[in-house]
Amino acid sequence: MSAHPTTSDVAIDVAGLTKTYGSGRGPGRAARSVRALDGLDLAAAQGSVLGLLGPNGAGKSTTVKILATLSAPDGGTARVAGHDVVREPAAVRRAIGYVAQRPVTDPMGTGRENLVLAGRLQGLRAGEARGRADELLERFGVAHAADRLVKTWSGGMARKLDVAVGLVHRPQVLFLDEPTTGLDPEARAAVWAEIERMAAGDGMTILLTTHYLEEADRLADQVAIVDAGRVVTAGTPDALKDELRGDGVTVDLDDGATAAAAVPVAGRVPGVVDVAADGSVLRARADAGATALPALLAALDAAGIGVRAAGLSRPTLDDVYLRHTGRSLEAAHRAAGTSAGTAGTEATEVAA
Amino acid sequence: MSTLTTDPTTTLRAPRRTGALTQAALLTGRQARQGMRVPVFMVMNLLQPMIWLLLFGQLFRSVIEIPGFAGGAEVSYLEYLTPGVVMMTAMGGAAWAGTTFVQDMDRGVMDRFLASPTSRGALLSASMAWYALLACAQALVVVGVAWLDGARFPGGVPGVLVMLVAVALLSCLFAALSGAVALLTRQQEALIGVSQLLTIPLMFLSSAVMDPALAPGWIATAARFNPFDWAVVVARDALQGFADPGAVWLHLGLLAAAVAVMGGLASLAFRAYRRAI
Repeated sequence: MSAHPTTSDVAIDVAGLTKTYGSGRGPGRAARSVRALDGLDLAAAQGSVLGLLGPNGAGKSTTVKILATLSAPDGGTARVAGHDVVREPAAVRRAIGYVAQRPVTDPMGTGRENLVLAGRLQGLRAGEARGRADELLERFGVAHAADRLVKTWSGGMARKLDVAVGLVHRPQVLFLDEPTTGLDPEARAAVWAEIERMAAGDGMTILLTTHYLEEADRLADQVAIVDAGRVVTAGTPDALKDELRGDGVTVDLDDGATAAAAVPVAGRVPGVVDVAADGSVLRARADAGATALPALLAALDAAGIGVRAAGLSRPTLDDVYLRHTGRSLEAAHRAAGTSAGTAGTEATEVAA
Repeated sequence: MSTLTTDPTTTLRAPRRTGALTQAALLTGRQARQGMRVPVFMVMNLLQPMIWLLLFGQLFRSVIEIPGFAGGAEVSYLEYLTPGVVMMTAMGGAAWAGTTFVQDMDRGVMDRFLASPTSRGALLSASMAWYALLACAQALVVVGVAWLDGARFPGGVPGVLVMLVAVALLSCLFAALSGAVALLTRQQEALIGVSQLLTIPLMFLSSAVMDPALAPGWIATAARFNPFDWAVVVARDALQGFADPGAVWLHLGLLAAAVAVMGGLASLAFRAYRRAI
């Protein structure tokens, strides 16, 4: 687990959070109670993007709901922008923007009306709210649809509006609960680009939950992998992959006949392990691929073995997930009974 | 003069707090926009009371001739029925007020409001205010149609104004009830229960279409504890010229107290919703 940043820079600080659903009310319910959070710890430095990665039912949405003051934890502490979510909910609410998993806009209002109303409720004056709405409509590329009812908008446009609504009052901390679930790849890329722009901007801290590995990998400065209500590991995406101690090394030999000779040569190179020949391709793993590969190529050259191509493959976050939970993220989705990217994740999150 | 200069780099001041009243007004505006965008909804809302008024008015016009019918000598049945239809419309409309909450909960709109500085009271009062305004407009149309059909109301403008106060209070009462049921159950189906199982018996356990003095005694007793009947009593007495001002004030007071209690219960229902999510 990564070291906690110093107190003054911490925008999100969570320790030992627990939450059980369906407990303690009536006899039948205790049997069905579900431990959604089981001592979850989390920290995000101000201005960073923290990705919560995990399958449905892992506790991601529950965590976000508690941090956004919607739900009360059973135990543990959580501070957002310096305020305790249980003792100072009003202060937390003024500091945050919250974009739920489900659409947060009113389909019977226009895009502009949604933004202006959200801004006014957040304390902007009428003129400020209108100006801010124009600015966001422009920036998110949906100005052409500003005065159409949101129910006529495409899924990708509506999701961008959701994010814009969360930003209208320039929050210190923005929560994005599965911002791209259910979007087609093109719309997803557009939302990603917006999140990257936001993150690069005004020092806002973003907590996003996702069950897409690429999303966490691309957007998050820090990733926390959540499984069964706990953070099983956390760190930068690169650090998490480095922890696996093993890049994939692939060497394409000129001549398949030299493969048998190449294996012992490669095996003697420091830091290279698990060498195997596969036709004319030599596969191995290396603690630090970037230094091992040149040494390996030099050794092969010295042994007179010709090389056509060579490559390194970094471990993916899926490898990280597999290592820490004992199953692949895809298998976890199947176990949760939903495929990634379908609606109804909300119900699973609570009930699974 | 330094206090007048603004920092040019500050495009936006730190968010202030919007008062709960402003929030309620903004959210009422949202309800109104939503309502107006479904013209079918508005037409149905006006059509239904017309059907009650003209159908009941014709069907039961001779009940007024039953000996002992309250005021039977001075008023026509249409004049007797009009305040009843006004209140049936108000109660029937407000019983659906929770629909907006259900829709907002189905989407993430309610969660967004609750995670923002929006006051729960403002969310609730916006729903109450919109249904009260809608019911007042409907009440004026009903009274107008009854007048065109020959009914006369000696209470005049003050009578109509007092009727509108009762309409607003009754709407608020049922809008709060409907909102509470919506928050507790999160299901549109539960609102059908409020609308069908609750409001229809309340309509008939009252003086809306029939003098309860002529009905079995238990109905007259039930009517005395029926907030819907309190509103009918106020409107009828006001429209007919304030024969019993004491009863008008008493029943307005009872209605206001019921609104306060139900509003309080509905705000507690927000806590139940919070526990459920």
